[in-house]
Amino acid sequence: MTTYYTKDHEWIRVDGDTGTVGITAYAAGQLGDVVYVELPETGAKFARGDDFAVVESVKAASDVYAPVSGAVLEVNSALTEAPEKVSEAAESEAWFVRVKLADTGELTELMDEAAYAAFCKGL
Amino acid sequence: MAMNTQGRPTAAPRTSAAAIETVSGSRGLLQREDLLFEIGTPETTGVDLPKPKGLKNRLGGVARKVDTGLPGLSEPQAVRHYMRLSQRNYAIDLGFFPLGSCTMKHNPRLNEKMARLPGFADIHPLQPQATVQGALQLIDELATWLKTLTGMPSVAMSPKAGAHGELCGMLAIRQALIARGEGETRKRVLVPASAHGTNPATAVQCGFIVDEIKANARGRVDMAELREKLQHTDDVAGIMLTNPNTCGLFETDIKEIADLIHKAGGYFYCDGANFNAIVGRVRPGDLGVDAMHINLHKTFSTPHGGGGPGSGPTVFSEALAPYAPVPFVTKDEDGLFRLVEHVDGDAKDSFGRMVAFHGQMGMFVRALTYMLSHGADGLKQVAEDAVLNANYVQARLKHVMTPAFEGYCMHEALFSDAFTADGIETIDIAKALIDEGYHPMTMYFPLVVHGAMLIEPTETESKAELDRFCDSLESIARRAAQGDETLKGAPYLAPAKRLDETRAARKPVLKWTRPAPESVAAE
Amino acid sequence: MRYLPLTPQDRASMLATIGAKSADDFYADVPKTARLKAKIAGLPDHQGELAVERHMTKLAARNRAASAGPFFVGAGAYKHHVPATVDMIIQRSEFLTTYTPYQPEIAQGTLQTLFEFQTQVAALTAMDVANASMYDGSTACAEAAVMAARVTKRSKIILSGGLHPHYAAATRLLCEAQGLTVVQLPVAIDGEGELEKSVDGETACVVGQSPNVFGTVTDLSGVAKSAHEKGALLVSVFTEAVSLGLVTPPGEMGADIAAGEGQSIGNGLNFGGPYVGLFACREKLMRQMPGRLCGETVDADDQRGFVLTLSTREQHIRRDKATSNICTNSGLCALAFTAHMTLLGGRGLKQLAQLNHEAACELADALGGLKGVDLLTPRFFNEFAIRTPVDAEAVLAMLEEAGVVGGVRASRLFPNDHLGDVILVAATECTTADDIAAYAAALKEII
Repeated sequence: MTTYYTKDHEWIRVDGDTGTVGITAYAAGQLGDVVYVELPETGAKFARGDDFAVVESVKAASDVYAPVSGAVLEVNSALTEAPEKVSEAAESEAWFVRVKLADTGELTELMDEAAYAAFCKGL
Repeated sequence: MAMNTQGRPTAAPRTSAAAIETVSGSRGLLQREDLLFEIGTPETTGVDLPKPKGLKNRLGGVARKVDTGLPGLSEPQAVRHYMRLSQRNYAIDLGFFPLGSCTMKHNPRLNEKMARLPGFADIHPLQPQATVQGALQLIDELATWLKTLTGMPSVAMSPKAGAHGELCGMLAIRQALIARGEGETRKRVLVPASAHGTNPATAVQCGFIVDEIKANARGRVDMAELREKLQHTDDVAGIMLTNPNTCGLFETDIKEIADLIHKAGGYFYCDGANFNAIVGRVRPGDLGVDAMHINLHKTFSTPHGGGGPGSGPTVFSEALAPYAPVPFVTKDEDGLFRLVEHVDGDAKDSFGRMVAFHGQMGMFVRALTYMLSHGADGLKQVAEDAVLNANYVQARLKHVMTPAFEGYCMHEALFSDAFTADGIETIDIAKALIDEGYHPMTMYFPLVVHGAMLIEPTETESKAELDRFCDSLESIARRAAQGDETLKGAPYLAPAKRLDETRAARKPVLKWTRPAPESVAAE
Repeated sequence: MRYLPLTPQDRASMLATIGAKSADDFYADVPKTARLKAKIAGLPDHQGELAVERHMTKLAARNRAASAGPFFVGAGAYKHHVPATVDMIIQRSEFLTTYTPYQPEIAQGTLQTLFEFQTQVAALTAMDVANASMYDGSTACAEAAVMAARVTKRSKIILSGGLHPHYAAATRLLCEAQGLTVVQLPVAIDGEGELEKSVDGETACVVGQSPNVFGTVTDLSGVAKSAHEKGALLVSVFTEAVSLGLVTPPGEMGADIAAGEGQSIGNGLNFGGPYVGLFACREKLMRQMPGRLCGETVDADDQRGFVLTLSTREQHIRRDKATSNICTNSGLCALAFTAHMTLLGGRGLKQLAQLNHEAACELADALGGLKGVDLLTPRFFNEFAIRTPVDAEAVLAMLEEAGVVGGVRASRLFPNDHLGDVILVAATECTTADDIAAYAAALKEII
């Protein structure tokens, strides 16, 4: 399994042609206290860059963009009851969706862990 | 000598007020007051009503099954309840509200007296028009003032609030485009990133797509970007601008902007929230504006009432006038006033009706009273004093705070948080102002300035009040620059401390529910 | 001028501090051709209170107040008695001249009253949650339809034939602007039930009103069931808030959203505004509600307090993705509503509703008993429609000459539906036996 990152602070952990998607700890830190997460329905299809979820903190509501094109296999409904998990475990327990990738070729356009870390330093 | 060991002490004991607990929960004049549902009972009522006769009802069975269970209070209890709650509110009658974009000016009491004349307060919108000629004439008079002050030929009086007026203006633009056969193709509306959130929200409500334009280094619309965005002109519906803009600056290139938009086949919507800076000195009609809403609760002194009601009459250019909504007041040849209520005849091109009845009459009475009180000469002075006050505040604070832009401002002064030390934020400065006895300034708006602080004094603040305010803010600003951590716990002296907004949003509790009875498990 | 504190000395001193010569310096960015040299022509100069009062009093004197004699106009706004205490409360500086409670530490007064208001509205409508008010009932209805479309992701809105035409127009306008399709069922005195047949798999919501514009009260439970079976929502509308004391409320009928006018409680007629929109819905739809919401929380000292919450849905944060563009609620009118409701209590409201209904029953007997007059509304609360043998406009004009403001001609609201002989008549607790007798006598004369 490899994890890739986007410039908009989403991560995707890929295993073959399925992936788990969430937002990074950096992004969660920027948001402040997360109060609500709006997730899509299973089966929903997205193109890379489409907004597919919303993370609400007290002062802002941020769109979350799909790192790759695909269809939603599963949503993490635990987040509806416990949105604070995003602030605590953004890159593990607080995953948003599991997706089936439409085109694994798109992964070449994402950053790896080292590149993302360097990207964040520059912000 | 004989010692008198009786008698009460006369020196004040040295105890910190914060350490004192009270049994009642009240603290001196600041009274504790629980929720209505914790005080009242469902059997109590503070209104004496005649006993119903017990006639057979004619509801056909459509009767409420479960009583509301809502408690009532006797009159003395009710008065206490609201008096005590009122003590926990700041208000313009109490002190300065330096809220940028809100125009918190004094609310004249004559306005309230006039609004309560039975001839205005106790008339029904649908009673025969012959019996309300005075009301219709008032609406017509107010409409004339608004048209004359803005230099525009037409006005829609029915929008209920500023955002509603924006909707009115944008719906008129939409209708004009449909009439030209371009309703499906012209969907793009240009909106500056500094715009008030209602602007893009309104555009979307009308089915438009928002195309954001950035500001230049001087805080105004970036003309190069505007020209670039207008290169393809067949999809442009119009532009939504605030002028003076939300940075408190007059858009220098406004006439050129209007020309470019018109040449591109679009319309110019102007957000009139900042009209207080230019009323009596500049007419939007002379700038090429096609539609502009006016906030009667800002420029024209109607009270904010804790969040409303507002009123947002919208003026139109010749180009948009035919599409204005119904109803509107017209005067017949015989001198009688009449409401045009349907989309036909005089109003056949109207985009329709936005709301029930005719508009916020209660606010019309207040606004006209205000306009008659000030007159044309007074209103001009209003704008000049508003702008003078804002520049005075900017001048007094520019050496300790960071003005967002160089040069004079109009009716509001904008600062960024660049002057604060690491870890101290705009919100800390704002909350510290509360301890000094002021409502905070507008924070984090406009979005184009980091940690924005927007201060609008209005013309009804005296120089002494402004000096006092600047003294306080200057001191707080210095503490912020030095990284004073105590700012983070402010406010310390308000009726409530900082509230947990995260908790309110995570587990929303939007009404009172009876607490579960004490657990029976102990038995 | 009495509202301007600055003296000429102040102005001079301030200009010196700023380093400007005159106020003109601040208008340097205004294009020269747009700078007005003199004050605007065609408008009078400033006046003192006495002169302004004279002007306004003259205008007011040309209007016939509802209290001036027998008065039977309803159709969306109602003449009720508001206790003196209510006006005194809303005139308190701290409520009248305060801003939206964005700084909760110094606005607990407003916030607690909003929380109480929301609780009352939820209980009155028998719904789970209510917001802190909308502009009025018609815009609340429009926003409810748009919300239903958002929630169901469908685009068809069906309006009943008894919905107040102003509400229908406002709803149609907002919905069509967003690309939704609005279906208006034919005008009908007792047509709410038609919604049951009209709902289909593409319907976002059906909008029914009870009591409707003709006064008819209807149990919309069947409509709710039908709608839910097809995955649609029921929006239940009312224009007479006092009816909630006696008539089946939206929540008891299975409504998903309740939208209505609160003017009848705490707020005078005011020629149509300002009024107060009531908006409530089921718990699971809470985050989709437009408008402001007040929620309970605690402060840093662990004391209970209230704040505006879930505001990330609103325009100032979500901007182009907001649930609505609304910025104001109807603050002071909501305060008037909650203060009056507090004085009434549930028991008082029920009694008030009974008085309203009885007045209407007596009126219906008196008018319906006249030869040639037909009572058209089968089941009513405090309002009903009558048909007269003579043209309604003529009838009302003659009633007026007799000092009776007899109601609203239906054709004013429905110009194209052949209702020229129908009058909408309302009675409230303000209607006396003498009023009723005067109406019946005058009408008998006319026919």
